[in-house]
Amino acid sequence: MAAVDTASVHDQATGFAAEAHGIVKRFGPIEVLRDVAIEIPVGDARALVGRNGAGKSTLVSLLTGIYGANAGEIRLAGQPSPSLGDRRAWRERVACVYQRWMMIPHLTVGENLFLNNQPRGALGLVDWRRLRERSMAALKEWDLDVSPDLDAWRLTVEQRQIVEIARALLQGSRFIILDEPTAELERKEVNRLFDRIRGLQANGVTFLYISHHLEEIYEICRTVTVMRDGRVVADARLKEFPKDRLVAAMVGDAVMMKRESRPAAVSADAVPGLALKALTLANGFDAVDLEVAAGECVGLAGLAGSGKDKVAEAVAGLIKPDAGTISIGGRPAPAGDVEAMRAAGIGYVARDRHVRGLFPLLSVGDNLTATVMHQFGKAGFVSPARQEAMVRRQIATMGIIAASGEQPIRELSGGNQQKAMVGRALASNPKVLVLMAPTQGVDIASKAALYDIIEKAKAGGMAVLVVSDDLDELVVCDRVEVIFRGRITRSFPRGWKDHDMVAAIEGLY
Amino acid sequence: MTWLPQSKGFTEMTSTASRTSSVAPAGPNLFARMKMRDLVLVPVIVLVLIAGSFVSPSFLMPENLLNVLQQSSELSILVIAQSLILICGKFDLSLESTVGIAPMFAAWLMISDTYIGGSGIGISGYAGIAVLFAVGLVIGTINGLLVVKLRLNAFITTLAMLILLRGITLGITNGQTLFDLPEEFLYLGNAKWFGVPVSIWIAGLLFLFFGLMMRYHRIGRAIYAIGGNPVAARVAGIPVERITIGVFIVGSLLAALAGLLLTGRIASVMSGQGQNMIFYVFAAAVIGGISLNGGQGRMIGALTGVLLLGLLQNVLTLSSVAAFWIDACYGAIILLALIVTRLSGEAPRE
Repeated sequence: MAAVDTASVHDQATGFAAEAHGIVKRFGPIEVLRDVAIEIPVGDARALVGRNGAGKSTLVSLLTGIYGANAGEIRLAGQPSPSLGDRRAWRERVACVYQRWMMIPHLTVGENLFLNNQPRGALGLVDWRRLRERSMAALKEWDLDVSPDLDAWRLTVEQRQIVEIARALLQGSRFIILDEPTAELERKEVNRLFDRIRGLQANGVTFLYISHHLEEIYEICRTVTVMRDGRVVADARLKEFPKDRLVAAMVGDAVMMKRESRPAAVSADAVPGLALKALTLANGFDAVDLEVAAGECVGLAGLAGSGKDKVAEAVAGLIKPDAGTISIGGRPAPAGDVEAMRAAGIGYVARDRHVRGLFPLLSVGDNLTATVMHQFGKAGFVSPARQEAMVRRQIATMGIIAASGEQPIRELSGGNQQKAMVGRALASNPKVLVLMAPTQGVDIASKAALYDIIEKAKAGGMAVLVVSDDLDELVVCDRVEVIFRGRITRSFPRGWKDHDMVAAIEGLY
Repeated sequence: MTWLPQSKGFTEMTSTASRTSSVAPAGPNLFARMKMRDLVLVPVIVLVLIAGSFVSPSFLMPENLLNVLQQSSELSILVIAQSLILICGKFDLSLESTVGIAPMFAAWLMISDTYIGGSGIGISGYAGIAVLFAVGLVIGTINGLLVVKLRLNAFITTLAMLILLRGITLGITNGQTLFDLPEEFLYLGNAKWFGVPVSIWIAGLLFLFFGLMMRYHRIGRAIYAIGGNPVAARVAGIPVERITIGVFIVGSLLAALAGLLLTGRIASVMSGQGQNMIFYVFAAAVIGGISLNGGQGRMIGALTGVLLLGLLQNVLTLSSVAAFWIDACYGAIILLALIVTRLSGEAPRE
């Protein structure tokens, strides 16, 4: 076992918000947690990290009373944990803000704040007046500029998370688990969220913070617990635990690949793989000029509303631009037609595979080959043998870990699903590969694999466009173009500083 | 409409919600407070009333309007039942067969003459009513358990239940219509209180009761929560399974009651009683703003849906539309109503 270095965590503890000892959890014959112990002092901001499948979410489920453990003890705020059926008691002690939507879309914000906990008056009937008063007070205290009468589905992701945190606090919980809260947030929103978290921490609220973004953890957390294969393998103060040690603890014996992204050898006079000329879309982007050479990887960075996504969608053929041209390998491409753009050589991986990419019920093979079915036979018939041959090739080259091509894709880990999405884009043998936030919500090993795939695509002479505001994803690019309010404002060659990039993305100079 | 909630005094702040300025602010008066979606049918109903008064001078006579209400009362009780189930995010097609089988089984037990299709047992009218509700209870429980515990799809489960119950209804009596039922059993369906048929009172009180419950009782709010996002409801500590099963049971009990009223009104139980009602139940609920996706809609909206359908049918009957074409007109108008309500701005799902 790795040395568990716990001594320094407890120095200023005045008690524990949560503790677990000797936790064992089995699902059928599979032991997902083995002898897990964690102690989180009151007021701490603890990061919980580990690769997908390390047992993080199982531990969270146990800490929030969704499951019971097979062995071991959980204590919250010094008290033994309530019985599993007593949801109210659990909610008063611990709350989790999940990645998925935990609001009732067509109920108002106010009612969501007091879900199943409404102020009641005579006859036990809901007292709407008090509910509105109290939710307005809470929203004001949180400096959240929304009406309690607003239907919850109209909230932005940022507002939704804050409402969920507020709900947890209103129910009396002083221990809050945040499960990848920043996955869908812009940088500015992340900063605001962090400010709130710091403020609450100062008031004695304890956080357990789950994230794949290691930078964020160093920014917001004080201590870290690292899990691997169902065990806790490290427990440390972040100040004394540099990033390379953290990553080493997460990955364990597996060799960490140091990313070597070779600069592209691009000759100046060659025909660019992808060229956008004065591309314009009303309320989207304005006179965008962008060239990506064959064998080059260019990043397109910007905020969520900056127009970067729309540029990518225009290149993919999902949007028809109002003016300007898109050319692929020097030839003008048929804008506004997905099928034709693909035929002209565009491979496209959309943002958020769950919404825009996966066919969750279909097999890995069908997902990989969804765009190239016409290659497997005449008149729309699909030859299973030819499809399978391609699927097998793709699974091997992409390094997808799956039982077989027949396995439903929803059973795969996030990283392997994402590899399949990239595999689908590559299946049509594109000249240009467009990737939107390709490593979002993916564990570290899969990230490395995805970067390798990008390198291979470059080596094979593809023009790669990475659309992202994740600095990790931008670092691998040969050049980064920054788009702000629909216009390209800066261009960074390799070797830029994080600070400069963030400032450019935010539109600050 | 007076049970509508929000009081004055919290209206100024909506205008401060700058990020959400596209949202219609809740104004100070009741109408603006109320979701407009719930009242969108009111002008349509007024229009039908005006049209009706031109079609036939007898249309606006109290007797005719009471007649419309009475004929709609069984339908409206089913609409309450279906609305509860739909808001909870489920479905129950078998409600209409419960309208048939519950009174049929009770009637079979009550009639002592085997020659006219009875069982020969001859229980009393009150016992018959108890049996009727017991049948509803059993059907609702079975539906609820199958859908919630076995996680069967509600559509196909209750469709199978519909076919099964219809078959049993026919089987019990070899397709005969049962007459000669005890007075007590028929009372609610044909008596009048203060000159208004009892079934109208019952339907009205049920609308009031369930409208209030859905708005002001935590179980009502829990039903909205379950239909809107069952996972979040569970995390919030709402007993999702228990409430869902309960909703199926209440739905079937209401359907049995509708069967009792229908039986009283026509003083007999036909083997096909309730047949095809489910289509109008869905039409009324959906036109009235109850979402098929769950978690959305109000009883007041459902009520306007029922009233619209009832009035329409009456106007079509009174007008010179040929009898064989009435259904076609009816269907076309329902489609039109759906399109109009959609265009009037129903909120999208995420």
